[in-house]
Amino acid sequence: MANRVVRLPLVGTGLGATLRKDNWWIGPAVTFAVLSSFIAYATFRAFENNFFSYGPYLSPFYSPYIESKGFGISFLSPAMLILPGPASFRFTCYYYRKAYYRAFAMDPPACAVGERNPEKYNGERKLLLFQNLHRFAMYVAVLFLVFLWHDFYKSLSFDGHFGLGLGSLVLLTNCVLLSGYTFGCHSFRHLIGGSVDSFSTAPFGKLRHSLWNLVTKLNGNHMAFAWSSLFGVALTDLYIRMVASGAIHDIRFL
Amino acid sequence: MADKATIRVFRGNEDGGEFKEYEVETYTGMVVLDAIHEIQAKQAPDLAVRWNCKAGRCGSCSAEVNGKPRLLCMTRMSHFAEGEAINVTPMRTFPIIKDLVTDVSWNYEMAKKIPEFKPRPRDADGHWRMQQYDIDRIQEFRKCIECFMCQNVCHVLRDHDKKKEFAGPRFFIHLATLEMHPLDTLDRRQMMKDDFGLGLCNITRCCTEVCPEHIQITDNGIIPMKERVADDFYDPVRWLLARFGGKKKKSLPIVQSTGDAGEDTHKTKKPKKTA
Repeated sequence: MANRVVRLPLVGTGLGATLRKDNWWIGPAVTFAVLSSFIAYATFRAFENNFFSYGPYLSPFYSPYIESKGFGISFLSPAMLILPGPASFRFTCYYYRKAYYRAFAMDPPACAVGERNPEKYNGERKLLLFQNLHRFAMYVAVLFLVFLWHDFYKSLSFDGHFGLGLGSLVLLTNCVLLSGYTFGCHSFRHLIGGSVDSFSTAPFGKLRHSLWNLVTKLNGNHMAFAWSSLFGVALTDLYIRMVASGAIHDIRFL
Repeated sequence: MADKATIRVFRGNEDGGEFKEYEVETYTGMVVLDAIHEIQAKQAPDLAVRWNCKAGRCGSCSAEVNGKPRLLCMTRMSHFAEGEAINVTPMRTFPIIKDLVTDVSWNYEMAKKIPEFKPRPRDADGHWRMQQYDIDRIQEFRKCIECFMCQNVCHVLRDHDKKKEFAGPRFFIHLATLEMHPLDTLDRRQMMKDDFGLGLCNITRCCTEVCPEHIQITDNGIIPMKERVADDFYDPVRWLLARFGGKKKKSLPIVQSTGDAGEDTHKTKKPKKTA
């Protein structure tokens, strides 16, 4: 009898087939709406190529700032040159993979809910084999963090004098959230100590175990950091856009 | 809580079946397994259900309640709204034997295919030594009660029926237990990639959601194993370092299988010496 598949006759097959009675579709629907909105907003801002800096503030969508005029492509903006870096980190992120496999690919849309084309499935072995390169996207993301913290540092200087504006705090919040997200990454956790079998005998084993414990704590909140940092980046850019366009005025505390 | 509850139980076998509706009297603290026993005792003595400890420790009474994998003995009747009919069905991924009982023997066959723990030789004084913080990680996995609800909910097995090429979350945490063990001396990464289908898992985390022991199967078991497999097979920098820089890969005997997960033959190969 083993390995003989007998489908429960009371449940159909195909997308959405389930005996679940709860509102299982809300999670993927919200994920779909939020991620789609973010992609639409980021695309709009990348093409807008305007209102990305104000005084010492620089939008995270345009940081690090790379002049794009020399490439000879009229619609190319500095944002388009750098956004593939953080985008690749989020796209290959172990948390976001769950989110978009459920919300976009519907493979599966939710636990114990039927999906499309159950006979066609290769997981992350063929077309999606590149997901195994997440660690390289993480290296790039760490590099971007250096630029973003430097942007925050620069945001404390107004005409050569120390100052603090609401924009500085917005940039700081963005850096904190992105740091929490990046340093809680599963690949970072593996790099810092996850690959060690015996901490007590490995070189720098105690140090690596302590660091691994810290990263594990961040990793436990990876989903929260993934979403909050996504909103953080978008809202930071929106704040700078509104200040730069004159829609609102930056508040100076110092 | 209502004084009476309506339970709709799947009655049938591998040839088919249907829901049958029963009404049971409820009481404070009652769980779904109590209701099933009540039905068995008073209304349907031929109703088949597998159970043992009734305390969430043995993993025998796994089934689906309102479409969600659950232990019947740990699901309180008060969890459901008053007047709501409660659907109780067998685990969908495994062949039905009768009513709520499924044939989970595929899991035991899969377990046999995993090369067992092979510790390094004892120290000179006859002891093995390791520190508690070396094994904290794997002790989480030892909480597994083998209820197989993670296997049941995993869409790779449930919807795609990849039982021939995919071991499933329960066995990935078993493999993680062995791979992370400070005393173990085998390298099972190639086997995980080629024979146990680790790449088929697209980490949608349903296994973690249903685990009654709250084991972080995905974050602490499967993803670390995916990273270890990536170390050996998908990291060109590590490959270059091993090839030209003299950096050694994990120098343990590599376990290679001679067939798919449907066979239980495997052999170990000494690692190639790198410069």
